[in-house]
Amino acid sequence: MSSLKQNRRTLLRGLMGSAAVTVALPFLDCFLNANGTALASGTPLPIRFGTWFWGLGVTPGRWRPARTGSDYDILPELEAIAPYKKKVSIFSGFDVLLDGRPNFPHQTGGPAFRTGIAPARLAFPGVSFDTLIADAIGANTRFRSLELTAIAASNNTLSGRGAGQMNPSESSASALYRRVFGPDFKDPNAADFAPDPAIMAKQSVLSAVADQRHALEQRLGSADRARLDQYFTAVRQVENQLALQLQKPEPLLACKQPGAPKEIPVAHDVEDAIQNHEVLAKLLGMALTCNQTKVFNICFNDSASSLTRRGTTTSHHQLTHDEQIDEKLGYQPEATKFIADLMRALGTFVGILDGIPEGDGTLLDNSLVVAHSDTDFAKVHSVTSLPVMFAGRAGGRINAGVHIDGKGESVTRLALTAMQVMKVNADRFGSGSMETKKPVSELFAA
Amino acid sequence: MMFRFPLHIGLAAVVLTALAACDPAEVPTSGGPAGMRRLTEDQYRNSIADIFGPDILVAGRFDPIVRPEHGLLAAGTSEISVSPTGFEQIYTMANSIAAQVVDQSHRGTFVGCRPRDVKAADDDCATAFFRHIGRFIFRRPLTDDELKARVLASGRATRLSSDFYQGLALGLGSLLSAPDFIFDVDTTEPDPNRSGRLRLTSYAKASRLSFFLWNTTPDLELMTAAERGDLHREDSLRHQVDRLLASPRVESAVRTFFADMLGFEVIADLAKDPVLYPQFVRAVKADMPEQTLRTIVNVLLTDNGDYRDLFKTRKTFMTRALGVIYQVPVPQKDGWMPYEFPQGEPRAGILTLMNFLAAFSHDGRSSPTVRGKALREHLLCQPVPIPPGNVDFALVQNTADPAHPTTRDRLTAHRSNPTCAGCHRITDPVGLGLENFDTVGVFRTTENGATIDTSGDLDGVPFQNAADLGQAMHDNPAATSCVVNRFYEYAVRRTVVKGERDWLSSLNQQFAQDGYRVPALMRRIAISDAFYSVAPESQQPIQEAKR
Repeated sequence: MSSLKQNRRTLLRGLMGSAAVTVALPFLDCFLNANGTALASGTPLPIRFGTWFWGLGVTPGRWRPARTGSDYDILPELEAIAPYKKKVSIFSGFDVLLDGRPNFPHQTGGPAFRTGIAPARLAFPGVSFDTLIADAIGANTRFRSLELTAIAASNNTLSGRGAGQMNPSESSASALYRRVFGPDFKDPNAADFAPDPAIMAKQSVLSAVADQRHALEQRLGSADRARLDQYFTAVRQVENQLALQLQKPEPLLACKQPGAPKEIPVAHDVEDAIQNHEVLAKLLGMALTCNQTKVFNICFNDSASSLTRRGTTTSHHQLTHDEQIDEKLGYQPEATKFIADLMRALGTFVGILDGIPEGDGTLLDNSLVVAHSDTDFAKVHSVTSLPVMFAGRAGGRINAGVHIDGKGESVTRLALTAMQVMKVNADRFGSGSMETKKPVSELFAA
Repeated sequence: MMFRFPLHIGLAAVVLTALAACDPAEVPTSGGPAGMRRLTEDQYRNSIADIFGPDILVAGRFDPIVRPEHGLLAAGTSEISVSPTGFEQIYTMANSIAAQVVDQSHRGTFVGCRPRDVKAADDDCATAFFRHIGRFIFRRPLTDDELKARVLASGRATRLSSDFYQGLALGLGSLLSAPDFIFDVDTTEPDPNRSGRLRLTSYAKASRLSFFLWNTTPDLELMTAAERGDLHREDSLRHQVDRLLASPRVESAVRTFFADMLGFEVIADLAKDPVLYPQFVRAVKADMPEQTLRTIVNVLLTDNGDYRDLFKTRKTFMTRALGVIYQVPVPQKDGWMPYEFPQGEPRAGILTLMNFLAAFSHDGRSSPTVRGKALREHLLCQPVPIPPGNVDFALVQNTADPAHPTTRDRLTAHRSNPTCAGCHRITDPVGLGLENFDTVGVFRTTENGATIDTSGDLDGVPFQNAADLGQAMHDNPAATSCVVNRFYEYAVRRTVVKGERDWLSSLNQQFAQDGYRVPALMRRIAISDAFYSVAPESQQPIQEAKR
């Protein structure tokens, strides 16, 4: 074991000393086991999980494939996904079941899928499944999860543990850069490593924050105790970050500290959002490659999206309601352009992950990305057949590239599937009619 | 559709409180739940500036506060926790502040002792420092355990870094990262005057009072009063309340309250189409909420005026950037200038200032529905039901339809649909009164060539134009009861509970007796028993109890 380490370090020094190492490299074979699924030290390649949300759904007849199975057809709003068809599954016919609760326009579908609970009032109704996955796999990385949005709204998030306990989204590329690749970033491939005494000092003091936890807890009611729990969960992440900074990181040759990004100011313009998203996605790709996090949540736009096209009076959201359905075409011509834009952004995202080599595949192959919207057809705010896609193979744990029709069953089946693929110890998810114990088992790789 | 008035005052309650008004004794309340409120960004920044001075830089971001349904952001502080991202920020800010406090230029001010050796731990000096500064950070004296933990931790850090001040800074950072600082936690004790009941400790009262009236941590005099237990004595409490109210710092509370009540948080994300509304430039967006706040402060504090006059006042303030929107010449290049709209001008009251008009409109066009909804919910405390999920808007909102040139025409057609009529009857007639102002607030008389009709009615009171609408708001009793309820919600920073309703209706009557003076309202709340009263833990917020 120790001689192996010695060899790796020696090799690493050699590589870093040579001028030829300028491009991102895959995990070198000598760092991997024979199957290319684990690091030579025996640590398996990390399997990442992420969500990618877009607001305002899809257009009837322009997204949902007619054929199920792996031979599904690509309609216009899926064209951007076509190059990755073998790695992307499409789900239709999986519903949000309301149990008589109101369908709050744009505020029901997203939270209901993520928490398994149809909101009874306008507040995030529970714990989102991505945080359960982060609890299971995110504890030993620097960031339990990273939340991003392409528009300037930090409250644009569907990740959290209930109202008031939401994970805010970062929209600024330079802020994301500072957070992940700023001074606290430890290059895993740095030739020399010595624990920083300043970090040791910080670590020794931070524990004092939690020392009097018990005394404070005793003064609080149960709801506030839960909020305090959240607080200390957050403290633990920072403790973890300090601890990780004191360890020699496992070399990750594909990890290269990127240069500082160009900040793209965003308001409501769809083209700005698309550009900003691409910059954020590339940074995220590198953050995943450098194993800074294993979990991410992206909300491209918000559910009642106010994205606009420059020089027009009407936002995407207004268009979905106001624009006439063109009788000849059979759809709203301007609204569908926005959806094509959103799907193009998703295609870009999937492409970025698929463009990063890792092991004998790509970062996408070692990931599971759940993409979804808040509504099927925004014009009428329907939450039946919520559009959902899975991208990636989760390191071979999941069958990819199929279209499955849920035939009206609860959309929580997809959430439970994702949780089980990501090894969350859960046999059920959701409440009321949306409680399910039945994952989509045909997706589990044999 | 049910039209809910969660805090609407029933007839029986009015009769009861009319009797109670003859009695000098305060209408009792059930008390609210003891809780904990996360400091807002302003409260955090104000606290740091008050404890360490304004030259300490605070650079960081805070988790956004979620507005409870039909509530204030201030009440959202009782529900929000801290996310991992949020704590990273808190921790980074804490250590950055702490490093500044003990640096060469500040340590003389804040560290009252010198270590025997700057390279070694000095527990005596550290103890003195943490005991002194900790009291201001936690807004109460540190317990022995809390103090010991910091001294020990600082000592460990000093030994690792061989730098006394670095150890001290990290210990200070841990105080500033502690939940006891980030949250204002209600601490209770058995009430000696009422057996079986709890009361807030003297320090908890001081925090509650200071965050309400000054939006910051208690100052030295208030802390000293708390230490002596003075805040449990009526005369001393009144003395402190009057002292705080006499300070210009009350303005920061009034501004924070109105920005919250009027939903100013939407402005951060506000954009207008740059091609159609090129005059909506960055300076305009920055100045418009400030114009409304200056107008409010002028009526309520400078003139100690009647709250209802906010809906009628012609006095406001202009910058050159705003002058473009209002078509008013502003001779001075920078800064603010008082301005009075002449009699006969279409503008009077805060509803006709561009902040309200622009914040509650679409990017590309005005919206009587959105404006009407904001007026109902923010200013009259009347929640408007959300639209049903399956509305077909396309039928009526085609702006190119020659049969319906104005927004009124299109909305009238929309209201002919019975499903839509219920809610739009609540919002549109009032919103249409403001249709003389486009989506950025520029005055207009026509839309698509047709003359705009701004007549309508507010709860049966007819109006012809925006000025009349202001008068109708001035005369509407819901406007004054709304601000009373909101101010109390702001003061306690949580959802009002059922057991406080009777007291609130008596407060509403007192507000009228006081000539609708807001400083008097704040004073009544600050000296009341209700404000400090703590219920047994079983007490639930109203909205929870209703379900």
